[in-house]
Amino acid sequence: MNDTAQLPVLVVGAGVAGLTAALEMAETGHHVVLAEREPVIGGRVARFHRYFPKLCPPTCGLEINARRLEENPRIELRLQTTVTGAQPVDGHWSVTLETAPVHVTGRCTACGLCTEVCPATVSDRLNWGLAEAPAIRRPFPNAWPQRFVLEREACPEGCRACVDACPYDAIDLKAGPGVEEMEVASVVVATGWRPYPLEKLPELGGGVLEGVVSNVQMERLAAPDGPTGGRILIPGTDREPRSVAFVQCAGSRDVNHLPYCSGVCCLASLKQALYVKEQLPECDVSLYYIDRRTPGRNEDFLTRVAGTQGVRLVKGKVGKVERNGDGLELTVEDAEAGKLLHEHADLVVLATGMMPETGDPFGLPRDEDGFAVSDPRRGLAVAGVAHRPADVAASVRDATGAAARALAAAGRRS
Amino acid sequence: MERIGVVLCSGCGIGEALDMEALRGVAEEAGATVLTHPCLCSEEGLAAIRSALDSGEADALVLAGCSPRAQRHLFRFDPEKTVVERLALREMVTWTHPPGDEDTQALAEDLVRMAVAKVEAGKLPVRLQEEIEDAVLVVGGGLAGMEAALAAAGMGHDVVLVEAADRLGGALAGPPVHLPLAPPYDRPQPSRIPGLVEEVKAAGKIHVATSSRIVRITGQPGQFHVTVRGPEGEVELDVGAIVQATGARPYDASRLGHLGYGAFPDVITARELDLMLAEGRLARPSDGKAPQRIAFVQCAGSRDPEHLPYCSGECCAVTMRQILQVSRDHPEVETCVLYRDIRTPGQLEHLYQAAQEGAGAFFLKACVNGVTGNGNGRLTVRFEDSLLPGVEAMEADLVVLAVGMVPNSADGEAIRELHDAQHRAEHGESEVQKEEAQKIAEQLAHHEGTEILNLDYRQGPDLPVLRYNFPDSHYICFPYETRRTGIYAAGAVRAPMDPAQAVEDAWGAALKAVQCIEAARRGEAVHPRSGDLGVPELFLQRCTQCKRCTEECPFGTLNEDVDGTPQLNPLRCRHCGICMGACPERIISFPDYSVDAVSRQIGAIEVPEEDEEKPRILAFLCENDAYPALDAAAQLRRTWNPWVRIIPVRCLGSVNIVWIADALSRGIDGIILIGCTYGEDYQCHYIRGSELANTRLGNVQETLDRLALESDRIRLVELAHDEFQRIPGILDEFAESIGELEPNPYKGF
Repeated sequence: MNDTAQLPVLVVGAGVAGLTAALEMAETGHHVVLAEREPVIGGRVARFHRYFPKLCPPTCGLEINARRLEENPRIELRLQTTVTGAQPVDGHWSVTLETAPVHVTGRCTACGLCTEVCPATVSDRLNWGLAEAPAIRRPFPNAWPQRFVLEREACPEGCRACVDACPYDAIDLKAGPGVEEMEVASVVVATGWRPYPLEKLPELGGGVLEGVVSNVQMERLAAPDGPTGGRILIPGTDREPRSVAFVQCAGSRDVNHLPYCSGVCCLASLKQALYVKEQLPECDVSLYYIDRRTPGRNEDFLTRVAGTQGVRLVKGKVGKVERNGDGLELTVEDAEAGKLLHEHADLVVLATGMMPETGDPFGLPRDEDGFAVSDPRRGLAVAGVAHRPADVAASVRDATGAAARALAAAGRRS
Repeated sequence: MERIGVVLCSGCGIGEALDMEALRGVAEEAGATVLTHPCLCSEEGLAAIRSALDSGEADALVLAGCSPRAQRHLFRFDPEKTVVERLALREMVTWTHPPGDEDTQALAEDLVRMAVAKVEAGKLPVRLQEEIEDAVLVVGGGLAGMEAALAAAGMGHDVVLVEAADRLGGALAGPPVHLPLAPPYDRPQPSRIPGLVEEVKAAGKIHVATSSRIVRITGQPGQFHVTVRGPEGEVELDVGAIVQATGARPYDASRLGHLGYGAFPDVITARELDLMLAEGRLARPSDGKAPQRIAFVQCAGSRDPEHLPYCSGECCAVTMRQILQVSRDHPEVETCVLYRDIRTPGQLEHLYQAAQEGAGAFFLKACVNGVTGNGNGRLTVRFEDSLLPGVEAMEADLVVLAVGMVPNSADGEAIRELHDAQHRAEHGESEVQKEEAQKIAEQLAHHEGTEILNLDYRQGPDLPVLRYNFPDSHYICFPYETRRTGIYAAGAVRAPMDPAQAVEDAWGAALKAVQCIEAARRGEAVHPRSGDLGVPELFLQRCTQCKRCTEECPFGTLNEDVDGTPQLNPLRCRHCGICMGACPERIISFPDYSVDAVSRQIGAIEVPEEDEEKPRILAFLCENDAYPALDAAAQLRRTWNPWVRIIPVRCLGSVNIVWIADALSRGIDGIILIGCTYGEDYQCHYIRGSELANTRLGNVQETLDRLALESDRIRLVELAHDEFQRIPGILDEFAESIGELEPNPYKGF
């Protein structure tokens, strides 16, 4: 079908949406350039512990996708690469791809000798700052590609420890950035999301109180490759919480923060309530919500968690989280009882929403919340959470749809 | 294969930990030409491999170095020319076992022998080259069906769009407005249906057949032969792939008598309100008067185990849209919403805000338990657990029930069970069997005549369904995973969804349909073994018509002829090997994966004499989850017992029981199978592979008991991909338990 369309399609972002769009197009027979800002693929989902409602690990699907990616000669993966410029040319796009310095080259065998000698540590972005990591490392055990990554700015002046340790000459401390101009037939924008910043919720203890974490941090606390090796502990301590409170709509459905609903936080918190109960059966779990949003067959998941002993769902808005002695105190407006509650918790999880990554060189139209809108006439399709708040299954469906739009545009415009 | 090359990599510490000369000797003894390189993944290493292939020195290679999961892109070779096996000496041996140790060396030597045996038995796959049809059949002409048709046509394919009704439009054809598909999200939008119908007609590549149904579909992806019955009789057509977009219908409100539907004319459904608003009026059906207050009852029959246990996901937003329509055209009418949770996810929250603030609707969280007349022409809505203390009822002039959606699907597997039961009831071997079959047939009788696709498949005429009859994929990460290759569900039939999601889903399903056609043309498998070439070969002369393969294939690949002999449809096949595991006669094999090849691998293991006190354990690991978990454990330098010999398999469902018998008769002391979780939330990418393996093991253990071998010698463990912390311990613990048993008495036989 694509014999006439010689130019590749560009996919921006290799999270679950971008990866899906790229794979689906390549397996259909089209050439794809997949640009990813980070040195690894997988985006946000690579940092999740389990998916709702099956409680299956994201790495299982990523395993298959990584294999599909690495075995498919029709995909060219560009890591550490951003699209910095785009010009429409004769019905297609001319784009500028900028690649950050690649200090660990393709010669890396992932043998690990460099990490052993690295004297510098950095705040581990994978773990949302909950842990430190060597400046040169494999970002996480199942990271693709199997190659180490160096955060060069953390290197002590003149240090060459890793270079000297590497038997394969794979480390280049002097590597510079690369720039490339490229013609592409059409574009899938799958730039994803970032979590609403915890620091914007100081009244809920966000960024202020150590026992208050966001839902994305909670994923890391439960993950076997996380900062605690999968043990759910109160941050800053080695204590297990005896009570955990989930604060729903933390900065969502709120005109002062995000006016929309991210559609996934209720399910994410219900899932995390099970993480807690599986590990700490005696721990009390409370979840404070405005509405329990578990559409479709996810209703079964709500029923399952609500029926778990020691899990309490309270319709009420949390107004304040403060330190109280050893623990934390939540002020909750209990909508059903019609009164203010003062509740105790050792660990508070703020269910923060998803914000679309903004800024693209294509000038995509955006809705009032900043989500991008596809523009098929200009050969631009938006996929996943860049497009609308969505869970993984919906993002993947959306991405497959966006791939179809990009191929239709590529065929039409070439 | 004949000319086997073994390339030993000594990099990453392998050379220091192992006696490479001895390893070379082992490979040579096994009949291979051996090459050693200090870094196989370097340019020089890859050049050495290529020159061994180009010179014709080798037609099959064992690359003994790092894991097959490492640097895959560097080790891509033409699968039609070379059989390649990557052996993870680094991960499975030297990173995880003490260097310079006798047991470590024995492990490496066994693994090399096993890899050589495997490639020796391997054959080159022959690429299927079939005539492939380009057209896509779309079943259902509603929003999703028309979008799917436009998508496939947009990608250059001819489309046949079959619709049962006499016109296109589907469930959304009535109302002139619907939920927003794009910004602004705070108001209803004009219906996309009329414009879509025009686009479909103008597209040129889309042939529309209204008032038509599918009579029969035979064949396989790329070669489906479809019979359609329309007003002018039957038409035959050939298509390459199929999208089922048969949508959903509202739940039958006549079953909601407790909410007053049927008893009181002023209790109507949301759809009935839409039809009224479409006519530009708002009047009580009972007396034609304008209502002063409308009560919207959410979750009418939804989230209710007696009716629809699930949430349809769009009724709340539809209510918001209707409130906005009413408030715009009839601002004097009061609107109240009685709800359990307002579910307007994503940007639809703006629609909720508009209904709440802009339209001034009154919202009350309450659980409605009845609607009755109050005697003066109004209705009383009764509820409990309301947020207003003491308030348990409200009067209204019109009650609108937000009823959920029911998929227009057919349960293919249930229909097949029904037909099987009917057949047994008729031709059963005994009266008891006939009676039992009759009972089953009665229980399933409501499936009679529900067929939609009418597939001529052994495993039923329609897509298998998940809970609540949605023919969805079970996979979160692979929503287009389908159990009938080349047939993709789209829109509300596959899962409750709003129109915006249905549109994207339709485009996605169309892409998968087009992709399946292209893959068939290239003779390649589709997901999850995308690109794989080798299809199963059946040596039918030895077939006993036991039907295990036709029954157990998760994808309905095999049909049966009148005698019950399997008939392969290779383009339906997903290459998992479950049929190979099922076959008691061992007559099913893939060129690059066969009962014989694995038997030879087992045969290549050197089993120490009993007095050496070194048990041998065989571990079959699912290559999608368990093997990667062990590989990740190796990257963390976790260690495990050196008695274990690993054989990765495509799926535990492909494990043939004969391998276990082979292993036991060779004196292997214990066998462990590690695969994906099964049951309700199964994680097996071939649906039932690990579950089938478990069932088959149940049968083996009986055999073990008869042979006076302890059943503890065989174990199956479920493991998720991320349980890399757990898997070394599983192997150690199993090895320890085997160590406590007497050695396998069949050693040395």
